[in-house]
Amino acid sequence: MADPIALSHLPVGSQANVVDYPLSGTAFLRLREMGLLPGTTVTLMRKAPLGDPLEIKVRGYNLTLRKTEADHITVEPVA
Amino acid sequence: MSVPEHVKTPSRQPVYAFVGNPNCGKSTLFNALTGLKQKVGNYPGVTVERKIGTAYSQHGHPMTVIDLPGAYSLAARSPDEAVTRDVLLGHRSEDTQMPDRIVCIVDGSNLERNLYLVHQILDLGRPVIVVVNMMDVAENAGLRIRIDHLEQELGVPVIATQASKGRGLIELKLAMSRSDLPLPKHRWDVPAKVAPAVAELQASLQDNDQKPPLIARAEALLLLTDQNPLRVTGSAPLSPPTTALLEQWKTRWQEDKTDWAGSLVAARYEAIGKLVESSVTESTPQAVDQNTTDRIDAIVTHSVWGWAVFGGIMTALFLSIFTLAEHPMNWIDAGTVALADGVKNLMVPGDLRDLITDGIIAGVGGIVIFLPQILILFFFIGLLESTGYMARAAFIMDRLMGKVGLNGKSFIPLLSSYACAIPGIMATRTIEDPKDRLVTILVAPFMSCSARLPVYLLMIAALLPPGEVPVMTKVGLMILMYALGTVGAFGFAWLFKRTLLKGEPPLMIMELPPYRLPKFRDVLLQMAERAGIFLRRAGTIILAISIVLWGLTTYPKSSDDAPPAEQVAQSYAGQAGKMIEPIIKPLGFDWQIGIGLISSFAAREVFVSATSIVFNVEEDEEDTAPLLEALRAATWPDGRPLFTPLACLSLMVFYVFAMQCMSTVAVVRRETNSWKWPLFQVGYQTGFAWLICLVIFQTGTALGF
Repeated sequence: MADPIALSHLPVGSQANVVDYPLSGTAFLRLREMGLLPGTTVTLMRKAPLGDPLEIKVRGYNLTLRKTEADHITVEPVA
Repeated sequence: MSVPEHVKTPSRQPVYAFVGNPNCGKSTLFNALTGLKQKVGNYPGVTVERKIGTAYSQHGHPMTVIDLPGAYSLAARSPDEAVTRDVLLGHRSEDTQMPDRIVCIVDGSNLERNLYLVHQILDLGRPVIVVVNMMDVAENAGLRIRIDHLEQELGVPVIATQASKGRGLIELKLAMSRSDLPLPKHRWDVPAKVAPAVAELQASLQDNDQKPPLIARAEALLLLTDQNPLRVTGSAPLSPPTTALLEQWKTRWQEDKTDWAGSLVAARYEAIGKLVESSVTESTPQAVDQNTTDRIDAIVTHSVWGWAVFGGIMTALFLSIFTLAEHPMNWIDAGTVALADGVKNLMVPGDLRDLITDGIIAGVGGIVIFLPQILILFFFIGLLESTGYMARAAFIMDRLMGKVGLNGKSFIPLLSSYACAIPGIMATRTIEDPKDRLVTILVAPFMSCSARLPVYLLMIAALLPPGEVPVMTKVGLMILMYALGTVGAFGFAWLFKRTLLKGEPPLMIMELPPYRLPKFRDVLLQMAERAGIFLRRAGTIILAISIVLWGLTTYPKSSDDAPPAEQVAQSYAGQAGKMIEPIIKPLGFDWQIGIGLISSFAAREVFVSATSIVFNVEEDEEDTAPLLEALRAATWPDGRPLFTPLACLSLMVFYVFAMQCMSTVAVVRRETNSWKWPLFQVGYQTGFAWLICLVIFQTGTALGF
């Protein structure tokens, strides 16, 4: 198991499991409802041409979020 | 309370609601069932599109179908989602009947997230039909969905469809025609820590807020999922005991660090996960559907090719708007003239005839002429939306839009406004955050629309004598005007987001749906709807203002043989022009230009025809040369030339910034549901235009231009 890092620091194309997540904030509640929960596997698909936002794959579909949110989501990279 | 096992169809026409996530094919299914039998309008008080249609059961009985806006959750985040929640919970019974039955549409290739909303809806304990759409996509992705197993687990009819090909529609109609529908067998474990709170809140909602038991339970769960109780209850606030109870629980949980909302969401996903695991078998994908999307995205969102594709699509869009629309616009123009001539031949000369030809036909015709451009624009927007490119455009533009505090979704409305601010403002409905949406509406008219083109062209021609300057100077001036408007829009967006409409930084949580072939039927239906809205407005408010403007330029009458220029000069419009002369003189405009400015309120390009009348030029649509000569000959009373290059420039800049389009005012009034914002817009835009023209003209004069 690799050390936990912020989702925004995950290399493009790699997979990780969500470890931790802020409890409050509109953005994070919506992300939860979109299926991004502690324990969920995500893949960082790509970054937008200007570096922000990010595109992740979660539960089989593709979702965008901004770096400011991804900074607060801790993930554990899957080897 | 004893819940009956089966709920009979009510004796009146039954009401069905179609609910589902965005991109699940809900609208295609709705269109397929209801065809052209649709009524499109707005939910009162909000600008969310309300679509109601009629479908016929297998026995030929009519059924009302409401196509609710796409939603990811009943804990609503956008005005669209709020409407869906309110209709389902019966909060909108004064304008929209609470549906008798709910048809939940899910995307078979993306079951888990799609079932989240279904899971919330099953809590309501109402008759539900689940439609698993896009079965073909699911199969291609190697997913085998056991429909019978889902049906057994949920206890409600589950229908497999492929709406784009019309498969499964008969089965759906059969299910909808059933006189009795079983109620869902829906049990899931509310997390132990949260369960007592749900029970207490439910009891309080039943006793103190008079909610029916199942609605009370659903609302209790939503109150605990959403952080803002106001969003759940909508217009009817919670009773004080319920509010106190909710606060009491939240305080307790905050102290022992319980993630109550998170645990509720997690519990739902856990239940869904089990359901999906037992009903779906995965095999290796047969086709390469997902890979196709990934391959396209690798180019379309590439740091170099992405911009090239983007630029190419935008160029194609604008080329189509300006070239393809040209002929139909000429036809409408010719039709308007022919109609006016026909009326002239049929009627005796007089005020009534002039009102019909010069007021009504010319005024409404002047707006309807933009219909081809609007249709082309909506065709493109529909195409880009239905293929999935629109979400990518928002994805790559988000960073730039973020710099002024907006998000990528504001990009398309602003871009559309280069053609016409009306469809642009109508396109802001996809922006969830009400403040972001308002900011986008407020700045959209700064983008130079096609009605400004004739004014720019005339002024550039007046400013630069033909033959003496290279064409590139003219082009450069034109680009400068477009750039000025764009910079103005972004500058004011930045300002508003920091002052008047300060809000949370906008979110960019957006699904990037897989690419799909466009559904032309849906695109054309949407185009027809938009055209209908536009034409209705032309037939009402624009008609009224055209009549008023005609009256202003016609009365009071001068002697019968006075030339048109003299008639206009002494009309109310002429008097108004003279009245505003002291205000516009520092910008380099006299009262005659003032008349042009006032009549521009009908549509900006009316400036050209209005100045033709004022400067007494025989109107000839094809040739502006006589008008140009008249403009060059025009002088102030003391003999100084009126249309100096500096005055022409000032006038162009005025047209860039000023809000002088009654149709836009009308559409902003409708979209913001108040007169406050359109009036503010007229004030700030026109005030800013005046100020900047004052600076240009006065500085220019001081420098000796």
